[in-house]
Amino acid sequence: MTQEFWKMVLGRLNFESLDFLKAFYDPTLNEVILTGAAWAVLAGGALGVAVLTYFRLWGPMWRKYLVSVDHKRIGIMYIVLAFLMLARGVIEGVVMRAQQADGLGGGFLSADHYAQLFSTHGTIMIFFFAMPFLTGLINIVVPLQIGARDVSFPMLNSVSLGLTVSGAMLIMISLVLGKFSTGGWTAYPPYTESTFQPGVGPDYWIWSLMLAGVGSTLTGINFVVTILKERAPGMTLMKMPMFTWTALCTSILMVFALPPLTVAAGMLAYDRYLGFHFFTNALGGNMMNFANLLWLFGHPEVYILILPAFGVYSEIVATYSGKRLYGYGSLVVATMVIAILSFTVWLHHFFTMGQDANVNAAFGIATMLIGVPTGVKVYDWMATMYRGRVRFSVPMVYMVAFMMLFVIGGLTGIILANPSIDFQVHNTLFLVAHFHNMLIPGLLFGMLAGYTYWFPKVFGFRLNDKWGYVSAYCWITGFVLVFFPLYIVGLMGMTRRTVAYTNPAYEPWMIVSGIGGLVVTVALATLVLQLYVSIRDREYTRDIGGDPWDARTLEWATPSPIPAYNFAVIPHIHAREAFAVAKEAGMGYQEPKKYSDIHLPGDTYMGVIMAVFGTGFGFGMIWYMWWLAIVCFAVMAVAFVGRALRGDRAAVIIPAAQVEAEHRAWLERVRKLAPITREHEQDGTNYGVAAPDQGAAA
Amino acid sequence: MFRLRREPAVFRLREALRPLKLLGLAVPTLLGGCAMNGVTFMAPEGPIAAMQRYHFWQVTAISMIVVLPVLIGVPILIWRYRYGNTKARYTPHWDFSHSLEWLMWLVPAAIVLVLGAILWIDTHELDPYKPLASTKPPLQVEVVGLDWKWLFIYPEYHIATVGEMAIPKDRPVSLKLTTDTVMQSFMISALAGQIYAMPGMVTKMHLIADRVGHYDGDNTQYSGEGFHGQHFTAVSMGKGDFDAWVKKAQTFGTALNPMAYNRLAVSSTPAQVRATFGNTAMPPHVTFFNDVPSGFFKKIVMRYHHGKPVPADQQPGTAAYNAKYSG
Repeated sequence: MTQEFWKMVLGRLNFESLDFLKAFYDPTLNEVILTGAAWAVLAGGALGVAVLTYFRLWGPMWRKYLVSVDHKRIGIMYIVLAFLMLARGVIEGVVMRAQQADGLGGGFLSADHYAQLFSTHGTIMIFFFAMPFLTGLINIVVPLQIGARDVSFPMLNSVSLGLTVSGAMLIMISLVLGKFSTGGWTAYPPYTESTFQPGVGPDYWIWSLMLAGVGSTLTGINFVVTILKERAPGMTLMKMPMFTWTALCTSILMVFALPPLTVAAGMLAYDRYLGFHFFTNALGGNMMNFANLLWLFGHPEVYILILPAFGVYSEIVATYSGKRLYGYGSLVVATMVIAILSFTVWLHHFFTMGQDANVNAAFGIATMLIGVPTGVKVYDWMATMYRGRVRFSVPMVYMVAFMMLFVIGGLTGIILANPSIDFQVHNTLFLVAHFHNMLIPGLLFGMLAGYTYWFPKVFGFRLNDKWGYVSAYCWITGFVLVFFPLYIVGLMGMTRRTVAYTNPAYEPWMIVSGIGGLVVTVALATLVLQLYVSIRDREYTRDIGGDPWDARTLEWATPSPIPAYNFAVIPHIHAREAFAVAKEAGMGYQEPKKYSDIHLPGDTYMGVIMAVFGTGFGFGMIWYMWWLAIVCFAVMAVAFVGRALRGDRAAVIIPAAQVEAEHRAWLERVRKLAPITREHEQDGTNYGVAAPDQGAAA
Repeated sequence: MFRLRREPAVFRLREALRPLKLLGLAVPTLLGGCAMNGVTFMAPEGPIAAMQRYHFWQVTAISMIVVLPVLIGVPILIWRYRYGNTKARYTPHWDFSHSLEWLMWLVPAAIVLVLGAILWIDTHELDPYKPLASTKPPLQVEVVGLDWKWLFIYPEYHIATVGEMAIPKDRPVSLKLTTDTVMQSFMISALAGQIYAMPGMVTKMHLIADRVGHYDGDNTQYSGEGFHGQHFTAVSMGKGDFDAWVKKAQTFGTALNPMAYNRLAVSSTPAQVRATFGNTAMPPHVTFFNDVPSGFFKKIVMRYHHGKPVPADQQPGTAAYNAKYSG
């Protein structure tokens, strides 16, 4: 009776699920690493709680962040989440590199542990580093660039964040309780079916992705609507900044591409929980359907990830070249073409599944076609630098490294697009090198460049340049050292996802790659150090004027740190790169004629509810604690519907007089500051007001 | 477009680029070097892999037309138009040029047109389903993926092997593939590349070796703990040797009856299979089976098409099956 009762309460959670005790029974290096990771999560959590308590930050964090619907605050929370998950993903990557450096005939990890590592590494990097980071940047930047007060659906924005956090929580819990899937981030059945993996692993994958996936779909809807409906008067589509364009395309892709993933994961859940046969071996199940659904999501996903980075690069290259963005029209068309073509190429992820040569060839050619608009973008950025005055700031270091490395990734992409060659390099480390070559210089560098670029706008001080350079060069060197050897061993036939190998010719390359892993670790550490030094020295890098880079788009026309209402008065837009045009005309900081009351959406508990009860729901489903899943789902559903029906009753009105006082005070301070030329961009005299460039007259 | 100011600079650039040229020679040599014989299509052992390698370098070379301008142009641009260089022209408002636009769109488009045409032809030419033209009838081999080994059935000779796939030189080989566990991917890089093998389904691949040799084969699709040990050797041999090999397997093999197959399908590496089923007459690392009934392969495929569920203890690759049959 009692046993029955506990089984009902705890589901399949039992003593063996406690990862943090494993090394005490079996103290091998493999188990010590497993247990160490579990303790690291527990200790990290405890440390976080301790710090918040010691500095009495619970109140401010709750009031200013957790319940806030301010798009900038939500963006910051997304990026904090992304950085935490990046740290875990990088450490996992480095452990895998260490294993393979030592992997000739063995190594220190068990095959099963290695498989969990590559599965969580991929899942985390895509869904819990990349997606939150770009969503965070879009959240912060897009409403500012289009001259809006907030997004169209602020409460929904908070819900999206909450759902994403709950997915991330589940992934973190998987380090402490039970093991994660060993089926890779793509989780191909039948290997992930309950017949083959009856444990909790694939269920962790299913529920963390489902929750985060729904969150991303809602984000997509929110930003499509925001960009189409909330633009300042006069900002036609073709006057939107490039980053906003890429955000629009990414949002559209999110709306259309994430549902297939949710469906695929849901069908797998039906198989695993209810004995359905969508992807099983027998009874008409067919895993090929899963492959199609997954990649129907998976390929557009690649462009969901990369397009915002393209947007960041477009902003950066114009700003730091002191020049208009070249070929705006081409860039817009190229972005749209990429977004559309991204839905036509998914089959190239499985050319080797046995379909007809006509089908393979058609998808191969479609894949190559994407190379055209992508190439055009790179040329457009080059033309932007041409006859500019290029400052080699930290974001530009990332940008230049990106352009040089990305074309190499593009080249290997074109190679892989050929089915006849893909039959050879598919599933080898050549493929692994290729997609890291696209995603690290493309996405990661782009996100870090954007982080450096927009940081002062959000926090009111610049990031430390010295450590920024060190970190950037470490990321670049580390990337090259880790992944270029993988191209070579891939061509030498080394399979991906292999814990050990027997061919001694691979070993030297694996050692080089392992050393690269160390450099990447240093890069991550210096990034943390940079943040610490920047906060410590913030008095020397104050950004008061709000325009520390002599930038070109609307967000830089506002004070830093930016007020909750963004713009004292919504601006009228007459030109592309509106702020640059205004500055050239000497009209950068005009006093508006009339101020009016500003309505802002009120705080909401919905984000917190989604994060807490979403985690509870997923956890209950994973461990078969049905009572928990039902209760949590009911709370989420009732809270969401209830809030939707009730509407926002806590809306804030900021009186015109207050806005006027704040804005005047800022304009007054700006007038007192000495404008600086670009030579002083990185010193202590840069308070964020730019002097007109000397060469501008030419 | 990018004028270099002083003539000697060109010379220096050329000097500076010389090591790169050496590197360009070194990389293919390294890849095709003797350490790689039999392991990769970069050192091909048959006409298909040779064409794949040719295609690889061909695509790389053609793509250089769009890649090199970036690799060369970006360093030149950031040096020439660096902030400190006040001598360089500065045109902050220039943001469009018709001729440049045409160039940017049309050159990559033209290259994709060329590459696309090549792709279309080669994809059909090298379609693994396409039988190879030859005066000799193809050798039929049926491949079954198991946890963590490949089983090769030779229906004409009623034999099967694990750990080695022998093929006669210069005679086309027609492979039919399936698995009796999760999805796998069958690869012999030096001969033809890979194709997926999936339970309840049959995929096909054709290959031919035009010389005698030993080639590495493996599974490239992660399939569980023993995945990294799922290797075999494809051995291409003269006709006489091949006939002798078949004879040997027929004489010394273990009978592949349903009981033996159940045992074989338990998760194990080729070496463990050898330890269970081998005898001293078999070469090391190879296990021979004989008396393989006709339609054995088809039966494995059809297991999943009876309209009944396959319970875990009847499904090779699961813990329940291993517990039941490892005996």
